Amino acid sequence: MNSFLLIAILLVLASVGYQFGQRRARSVSGGHPSTLHSRPQYYGFYVALWCGIPSVLLMALWLILEPHVAEWMLISNLPEDIQSLPEDRLSLLLNDVKNLASGNIVSREVDASLQAAADGYASVRQIGNAAMTVVAIAIAVLGLAFARKRISPELRARNLVERTVSVLMIIASTIAILTTIGIVMSLLFEAMRFFARVPWYEFLFGLEWSPQTALRADQVGASGAFGAIPLFAGTLLITFIAMCVAVPIGLFSAIYMSEYAPQRMRAIVKPMLEILAGVPTVVYGFFAALTVAPFIRRTGESLGMTVSSESALAAGVVMGIMIIPFVSSLSDDVMNAVPRALRDGAFALGATKSETIKQVIFPAALPGIVGSLLLAMSRAIGETMIVVMAAGLAANLTADPLEAVTTVTVQIVTLLVGDQEFDSAKTLAAFALGLVLFAVTLTLNVIALNVVRRYREKYD
Amino acid sequence: MEAVAEAAAPSPALRNSPKMTSRKTDVYYGESQALRDVDLDIGENQVTSLIGPSGCGKSTFLRCLNRMNDVIDGCRVEGEITLDGIDVYRSGLDVVQLRARVGMVFQKPNPFPKSIYDNIAYGPRLHGIAESKSELDDIVELSLSRAGLWEEVKDRLTSPGTGLSGGQQQRLCIARAIAVNPEVILMDEPCSALDPIATAKIEELIDELRQNFTIVIVTHSMQQAARVSQKTAFFHLGNLVEVGDTEQLFTNPRDERTQGYITGRFG
Repeated sequence: MNSFLLIAILLVLASVGYQFGQRRARSVSGGHPSTLHSRPQYYGFYVALWCGIPSVLLMALWLILEPHVAEWMLISNLPEDIQSLPEDRLSLLLNDVKNLASGNIVSREVDASLQAAADGYASVRQIGNAAMTVVAIAIAVLGLAFARKRISPELRARNLVERTVSVLMIIASTIAILTTIGIVMSLLFEAMRFFARVPWYEFLFGLEWSPQTALRADQVGASGAFGAIPLFAGTLLITFIAMCVAVPIGLFSAIYMSEYAPQRMRAIVKPMLEILAGVPTVVYGFFAALTVAPFIRRTGESLGMTVSSESALAAGVVMGIMIIPFVSSLSDDVMNAVPRALRDGAFALGATKSETIKQVIFPAALPGIVGSLLLAMSRAIGETMIVVMAAGLAANLTADPLEAVTTVTVQIVTLLVGDQEFDSAKTLAAFALGLVLFAVTLTLNVIALNVVRRYREKYD
Repeated sequence: MEAVAEAAAPSPALRNSPKMTSRKTDVYYGESQALRDVDLDIGENQVTSLIGPSGCGKSTFLRCLNRMNDVIDGCRVEGEITLDGIDVYRSGLDVVQLRARVGMVFQKPNPFPKSIYDNIAYGPRLHGIAESKSELDDIVELSLSRAGLWEEVKDRLTSPGTGLSGGQQQRLCIARAIAVNPEVILMDEPCSALDPIATAKIEELIDELRQNFTIVIVTHSMQQAARVSQKTAFFHLGNLVEVGDTEQLFTNPRDERTQGYITGRFG
């Protein structure tokens, strides 16, 4: 029986338990539910939880342990000579047995002993699953009966249910946090493997980026260099261009929306601006590569300048357009949150609208605006698709926006695309870059959120 | 209507010619009418208090006097409101100039998130009143002294105005309003967010300010109206019911509704 069906059965049992519990609670109250400690629904939930949680826990435990138990039984049933095989060959053999048991393609000739082992393995798993199903349902029914029996007017069902629910919520949030920690750890360990090959100072301060490793000493192009400065510089250049586009446009549209636009206009303009944030970045990418970049090149050439066809300018401008809604929407919100009393105060002193905005509203909203800018910036630094398509691969160390530059994210993509061996410095460099990227954007986000929160505390 | 007759009758409280007048003023918020046919004279260097139950239009009337209602969508004012005989709703009148002459203090203290000094200097800077830094310093000191706050804050003029206590903040707002040297000061329930001690200070202050300014105050406290004002106007359901000398209105109201309100039978 597969686990989805089992979960469905458990859910049905739990809802039956809910009904039972409710009815039982009403009957023990003798027709006066107000004499119960909690409302009858809570007794229902109490029974449902007793019915569902132990059996689900058992199931989870089983799903974790079962493969190991089955494998252990499989090995102990194999002939002696196979059991004494070295580790790696044994695991290959075990793989084949498992594949044979589940009817997949097998990489060797199937002989009688292999077939027997596979049959044995399949039957062990089948019996195990059946046993687990029976036990889980039995536990559910037992839990139901036990909880139903415990129902009495004195039972504090509400407190018990609420405590259980809060524990469930804690578990859910812990899973989210643990996942994040897991991601950071995997980045960290791979990056440490990289730094075992390439010293960290060379990576952080080296001026040349040419990520290749030679198979043989005399190979052409064996001059691998892992200095990430050109990548950082390229990222900063493109981010800078993007902010030059996004900050003025975003701020001015935020000021217009929050202060000047009539309600109806605002209701139309704001969602339209937010659509910009919903455009897939890959669409921005080919907009940059196929429309903006050629336009910049043609314009530059007609002015007698040499412009690379994958210029930092094109990528930066399009990225700036992408982050406009981050700036405008958040800034609009914080300016709207400036209390009406402050505006009235300024108006009552004879300030005009623009004076009020410049001297009172903007300074009052400044922390929130700075927060929104930092969030937009961390977004720009981490953006990948636009720069992959429009920024180029050449790791030039330049401040000229008309030349091609490359960014950290672009290099991570090129290092990891395709079939790669995961023990060369070239591939591991991607993890080191990812770690740096993560550290920078995390720092920016933490600062931004702190700034925004401090601002909110002041006025709410 | 009797209200008209009363307002038009010469009142002994009006020794001088009125500073501001209102004639046949109607105010609408969208379709609903908030004020009906209000005729009221505001005497110079006097405290006029506006009383009445919530929603009676007294704050609305106050906000008409310096056109603060302009910023509210759908608000329409009809009739005539004059300052020194000039219609403030006349087309072409500069609202900035009007508000420099008719200042306002709000219900909740609303200091700007700036230093104490900058809060006071805001208005004078806006209107270019001070020629030099030292002149601006003088204005700040004078305004704070007049608001009775100078002694308390003179050593920390650069600390933020929002860090003061509620009563100090409200006096800061009064100082901010008088820094531009207005002729009329409008106060919209200036003590409703303050404790009794701070309230007493503000009331004392209002009494002193009367010598230099014309003051209109909206209040929910009839004791406060009786303590600080020389003239009282009672609003009810958008009508100006009765106006007269404060003492006369509280001891011997002419209208039944006024009688009912001041004796606490409704509102």
